[in-house]
Amino acid sequence: MENEKTNRVGSVIFSEYERGEAVKKAAEMSREDILGEIKISSLKGRGGAGFPTSTKWMLTAAAKSDEKYVICNADEGEPGTFKDRVLLLEYPKLVFEGMVVAGKTIGAKVGFLYLRGEYEYMLKSLHDYLSEMKQDQLLGKSICGKEGFDFDIQIRLGSGAYICGEETALIESLEGQRGEARNRPPFPVSTGYKNKPTTVNNVETLAAVSQIVTKGGEWYKTYGTNKSSGSKLFSVSGDCKKPGVYELPWGTKISELLKLVEAEKTKAVQVGGASGVCFPKSQFERTLAYEDISTGGSIIIFNESRDMVKVLKNFMEFFVEESCGQCTPCRIGNVKLLEGVEMIEDKTFTFNYINKLKELGKTMQVSSKCGLGQSSPNSFLSILENFSEEIFNGRNGGKHEK
Amino acid sequence: MKNKKTLRAPVSQKAHIVEKPEDITTIGGTIAIEINEKKVTVPLGTTILEACQQNNIHIPTLCHHPDLCVAGVCRLCVVEVEGMRTLQASCAYPITARMKIKTSTPMVRKARKHILDLLLSEHYGECYSCVRNSKCELQSLSKEYGIEEFTFGHIKEPKHVIDKSSFSVLRDMDKCVLCKRCVRTCIDLQEVGVLEATYKGDETTISTFMDRPLAGVICINCGQCINRCPTGALRANDPSDAIWNSIDDPKKHVVIQTAPSPRAAIGEEFGLEAGHSMTGQLNTALKRIGFDGVFDTNFTADLTIIEEGTELIIRLFKALVNQDPSVSLPQFTSCSPGWVKYLEHFYPEYIDNLSSAKSPQQMFGTLFKTYYAKQKGIDPKDIVSVAVMPCSAKKYECNRPEMNDSGYKDVDYGLTTRELAKMIKEAGIHLPELPKDSFDSPFGDASGAGLIFGATGGVMEAAIRTVVEFVLGVKVEDVFKNANVEVVRGFEGVKYAEIPIGDKVGPVPDLIKHLVPNWDWLKGATLKIAVAHGTANAKKIMEDIKAGGKFSECHFIEFMACPGGCIGGGGQPIPTSPEIRKARAKAIYSEDESLDVRKSHENKHVLRIYEEFLKDGPCGHLSHELLHTHYTKRGKYIA
Repeated sequence: MENEKTNRVGSVIFSEYERGEAVKKAAEMSREDILGEIKISSLKGRGGAGFPTSTKWMLTAAAKSDEKYVICNADEGEPGTFKDRVLLLEYPKLVFEGMVVAGKTIGAKVGFLYLRGEYEYMLKSLHDYLSEMKQDQLLGKSICGKEGFDFDIQIRLGSGAYICGEETALIESLEGQRGEARNRPPFPVSTGYKNKPTTVNNVETLAAVSQIVTKGGEWYKTYGTNKSSGSKLFSVSGDCKKPGVYELPWGTKISELLKLVEAEKTKAVQVGGASGVCFPKSQFERTLAYEDISTGGSIIIFNESRDMVKVLKNFMEFFVEESCGQCTPCRIGNVKLLEGVEMIEDKTFTFNYINKLKELGKTMQVSSKCGLGQSSPNSFLSILENFSEEIFNGRNGGKHEK
Repeated sequence: MKNKKTLRAPVSQKAHIVEKPEDITTIGGTIAIEINEKKVTVPLGTTILEACQQNNIHIPTLCHHPDLCVAGVCRLCVVEVEGMRTLQASCAYPITARMKIKTSTPMVRKARKHILDLLLSEHYGECYSCVRNSKCELQSLSKEYGIEEFTFGHIKEPKHVIDKSSFSVLRDMDKCVLCKRCVRTCIDLQEVGVLEATYKGDETTISTFMDRPLAGVICINCGQCINRCPTGALRANDPSDAIWNSIDDPKKHVVIQTAPSPRAAIGEEFGLEAGHSMTGQLNTALKRIGFDGVFDTNFTADLTIIEEGTELIIRLFKALVNQDPSVSLPQFTSCSPGWVKYLEHFYPEYIDNLSSAKSPQQMFGTLFKTYYAKQKGIDPKDIVSVAVMPCSAKKYECNRPEMNDSGYKDVDYGLTTRELAKMIKEAGIHLPELPKDSFDSPFGDASGAGLIFGATGGVMEAAIRTVVEFVLGVKVEDVFKNANVEVVRGFEGVKYAEIPIGDKVGPVPDLIKHLVPNWDWLKGATLKIAVAHGTANAKKIMEDIKAGGKFSECHFIEFMACPGGCIGGGGQPIPTSPEIRKARAKAIYSEDESLDVRKSHENKHVLRIYEEFLKDGPCGHLSHELLHTHYTKRGKYIA
């Protein structure tokens, strides 16, 4: 692909990589050996949940079925995240080859790239890239000339629903149904697309797989912390001079990241998008790692000019609209939380009621059907907790801007 | 959770199946768990909810229903499982590993109360002006959880307009709690698929295709969604005010026919357990209310058997003897209006297979305004005919434009069991305490064959009782013990049976002597029959017929739109469950056994009708005019 750029700086994902490396290497490896490398690397899911990739693959590989599927979750819908877009536009080799490796490992012949509806403009270039891979025997029948190493990739477009980033809702959507999360268990590893064993991986996870297979699990583990191996792509936006996608090793402090992107007078950092947690200055020395602040990589920076009530209102409006509407806590709970934010904005709240809403938020975290509802109160709870002075007493002598 | 072998609904609305081992004594077939620190052993794949129910631990539920696949959406049934970060919906969680479950922790109780608070905040309306007052699951749950105030507010303005377009089912979406029972009923239980959730987030609504009114979509009016709605969001179109007006009008002669299924179920509305037949008491109640004539729909059920059975014989004769290729076989029953509309929409190419005989309700309607009017010397325009049915589709049926063969609207009002119970209560009558009374002349008491129409397989059994005696010339008791045709009874979704005719046939009975010369042409033949209840099962048979399978070889097939047949109809008391339907069927079968006359052709009042009124006999000219009808190829696309 002509517009392929390789000038990004990064020691793992963005490190040097020649097209076809991972597939060619995987073609010579046994399924067990591939799984072994992934296991050594301690790679965890990069979508945000952090489930060990090798475990997911092992379960799918072990499931008895004549049909299995690989799904690359490119429904990048979390507000403030755009790393997958960069990977797909600039490093499709890493993503698609990761899917081929996954296919070989779990025993799947077909993979789907579930592409966010808003990324439709990439469709042509991605299809072109897949054709090139086929020409180079990196995809299709008898990959690398190996009899029986068959894998094909189809691209499917989403239609703009945030919920379809949740893996079981994604599968429903892929099957042509309304995007709604399924009950778990069973999990996709045994009962996924068309009720067949399916592994659903984030774009970045699969990109990391290509690097791990090529350079080894041990190499991968030299980056990051003890409990969080490798690197992470961060989508940085908001009040800073250099927003964009950054590859940083796990264990980077929030303050270090702020310095890197030249953020000034920062008041708050929202880590993990709308469903994430908002950190105040006092916590900027905390680290971005599974053991401290686990995240899918969305970093939104707010400087001192921002009104946190408005920030929170924006997030809650998002969830009210993007809840799939099937379970009670998420469908109605988010509406109540938003109403609470509006009361704060209008100064018509009572602390008693706000406390009830905080309790409600905790109920939503434990009783919602899927990750959407379980994480939607995070920003409500963390912003009220960490910015209570500003929220309840107002910024400029008590008035919130409307 | 039902361990259904076939899955039909969209996956998100299906039960997640963990295959339950056939023999639970095998190793690994059961699993030891702890519920509230008590050790119990359950079969692998049992849901947490089932495990709790088996151990007498109450878990509140709302979206769960014993007839339906799992949704796991209301979240009221959440429980704590040790080692899990979040609470688990007990209805949707199959136990496949050892676990420790706690059903009443502070977190669980708080979550349930919050969820109820949330549902109530969006639930418009007041209990005292709701059809489901005191029979509402949301109301019961509120009581159970001691709700005394609306913690998160209460909606003040309605958001939706009540859809009153349908003759049968009204939809009031302001009372909807989005449990999706109606969706699962329509998509999965009945496989009709009229209802589905639309939009998302706080705008999620249960809707129809393009948000059309119910009358403008392919709804078959079966009302199964009403029976499973936990609130008053779905209800039947209630004509009781108009009926009261007719009763109170001295110029009107108001007659009522009662079907067997309402009689077997109405006691439930008065606090009795399912399975008490109230036929005699109901007669008394109806007379006290002020109906001028109280009649038994079983009478026209007997008439239906004669007409429909004769029609079958004619079809068979034409096909087998005359080799007429235009004859459509198998013949399908046509007494379930939900089934008829289902066929018209989904399999319009098969409408010629439907028996042209009207349903018992509509036959009676025509007779009231013709034969009865003449007998009584009443101007038919002053007769108001009411039908108590277990059915919501009967409301639609009596409004079909072709149902005016008497020159008037044959049946003016279809009334459900629930609505009649309401009228009886309004009249200050406590039904179970009443003395028994009989039906009025000139139609009198009917046969047990008409009675068992209420249960799945009943129409077929009634037909067999008559056909066997007509053709073989022997007592049906000699072929089927006690005249109970067990092969067509029971709740198996699809039933199939073969009745060999053998070499001995009897003489042709007088009633149909003019139609067939003898039975020799049936010698050695095997009568193949089938029975299906619930349109999902009907679909199985229809698809098999389309594919030329074994059901295409059948001669006669009974179809009922509702699970269990009429006893599980959309107008029956709420709640419904497989156990309740079983009890109602049992009541009907035992009443049948207690009767002296149990065969339609032995109903002397029916025979008298042919002597006095329908003089050219079954399927003759007059009966075709009055007792038979035609159907419409509707298809799935409605302009």
